[in-house]
Amino acid sequence: MTFGTTAPVDEQVLHHSPDGGEGEYLEIALGPHHPSTHGVFRMDVVLDGERVIKLKPVFGYLHRNHEKIAESASYLASMPYTDRLDYICSLTNNWAYALAVEKLAGFQVPERAEYIRVITAELTRLVNHTSTIGFLTQEMGASGTPLMYAFREREKILDLFESLTGSRMMCNYMRFGGCRVELPSGWLEQVKKIVEEFPRFLDEYEQLLTGNEIFMARAQGIGVLKKDLAINAGITGPMLRASGVNYDIRKVDKYGIYDRFDFRIPLGEHGDVYDRYMVRMLEMRESLKILDQAIRDIPSGPIMDPKAKIRGFRPKPGEAYGRIEAPKGELGFYLISDGSPHPYRYRVRPPSLINLTVLEDMCLGSSVADTIVIFGTVDIVLGEVDR
Amino acid sequence: MLGEGILKGLAETAKNFFGSFVSKERLTTVQFPEERLPQAEAARNFPFLVYDGHDWQAGLRCVACQICEKECPPKCIFIEKSKDKKPDSMGKQQFYPAVFNIDVSVCMSCQICVEVCPFDAIEMDTAFELSTGDRFDGLLWRKAQLAKPNSYFHQIHPTAAAEIDKRLAEAKAKAEAKAKPVAAAAQPDPAPPTKS
Repeated sequence: MTFGTTAPVDEQVLHHSPDGGEGEYLEIALGPHHPSTHGVFRMDVVLDGERVIKLKPVFGYLHRNHEKIAESASYLASMPYTDRLDYICSLTNNWAYALAVEKLAGFQVPERAEYIRVITAELTRLVNHTSTIGFLTQEMGASGTPLMYAFREREKILDLFESLTGSRMMCNYMRFGGCRVELPSGWLEQVKKIVEEFPRFLDEYEQLLTGNEIFMARAQGIGVLKKDLAINAGITGPMLRASGVNYDIRKVDKYGIYDRFDFRIPLGEHGDVYDRYMVRMLEMRESLKILDQAIRDIPSGPIMDPKAKIRGFRPKPGEAYGRIEAPKGELGFYLISDGSPHPYRYRVRPPSLINLTVLEDMCLGSSVADTIVIFGTVDIVLGEVDR
Repeated sequence: MLGEGILKGLAETAKNFFGSFVSKERLTTVQFPEERLPQAEAARNFPFLVYDGHDWQAGLRCVACQICEKECPPKCIFIEKSKDKKPDSMGKQQFYPAVFNIDVSVCMSCQICVEVCPFDAIEMDTAFELSTGDRFDGLLWRKAQLAKPNSYFHQIHPTAAAEIDKRLAEAKAKAEAKAKPVAAAAQPDPAPPTKS
């Protein structure tokens, strides 16, 4: 029996267990409509009893033709669409795209705008990691409680985004050569308050989860991703760092003004679910450190490059690749200009899609319940996977 | 000891549960239709057209330049330019939109039309309870429905509206100052030759 686009499983594999036992393998489709699949994602798994022996990710249900639409739209018109890639963290998507266009058109970002970008991006990281860990616990069967605590904190930050950009999630805030609007009065004080209160939430959350025996049993030693496989498969972000590879684009590229901040990169050791959880927890604390320094140092001044035009500009023919450390990994925008107001080629390098490629390697041999947990720690958003 | 972590976690849950009775920090939700939180000033939902004065047809700031129609990412704006001209708030003869439709089922509230409008004629509304029984015609908003007075704009976005009013007043004063010497110079002139 086959499903949709999946190639049929080899008859040999399907009917003969390797240990020569009786019975048949079971091929089932997990998703695409299931709460644990983070959207419309399907995993075709072949099961030997409870063990996964083959797993095939199937995606494309949310394909919206983002890249091709961008090639016939002006540079500005693609900006709101980037919000809809990874809809949990729209501000980092804005930044990556703005960075690519700034490289292409040669705009300089004023100091204050750089600081605002760092503050909003690190707040976005908090938003993403809280919701990821919340959903992870949900997938382990902790119905609701940890997720609601995480969402309570996340909502405070989203309120800040709304008062700054006008929208909780579809921020559409950054522009080529700066940011759209000046910070409203009292906004930085509110951020400061959140930065001061957030560690208390993290302590409580760790109290709830980090030492919890059930959580540890479900997380430790599950879904191990080996260091060399992670590097070879091009995995980035918290997933790569949980496998013990010290690679963070904030440190490697030092884009924006990240060289001015003092922060550390948390690394995992085993590359299992627990490490991926822990790396995200620690990353939030480092983000708070960056926020603290950014709020302290933010200068006054303009927030837009006076040379930058928001519409009708024609970059010189050429190409540019802008990449940032999005909460999920390396998010890159590759643009080719042919001198017209539209990009000739527009390509997104989504971290979610590329991190998904090792899903089968992590899940083989584990049970169905663990597969869902492992999938949760990959931290994908289907808007970005399918584009 | 096995189970210590679970007990610690349960203590945390209990803290949050009992805390929610006394602390606003731990109970952040409100009972929505009866209780409402104030909206952020920058909040945006769908665009509307601003008009000055009392007559919406005469005071519409839009001059049908169609820039928003071109720049709109999902292409939800449809404008038809008028054949004739009429004076705008500066007293200049301008075209006006004969038809101005926004398909709010397509609009994604990105605010790009507001940013590119050179006449500050289109702004974002904050109204959000907009359900309708008719998903085709009920979601295609026409000019009469989109036109809202400047006083409404002041009510929902006071800071932005004050800024725009100041900018427009300055532009108007500039235009009047520029128009005066020309008018003064034109007056002593004898009757134009075409009239003879």
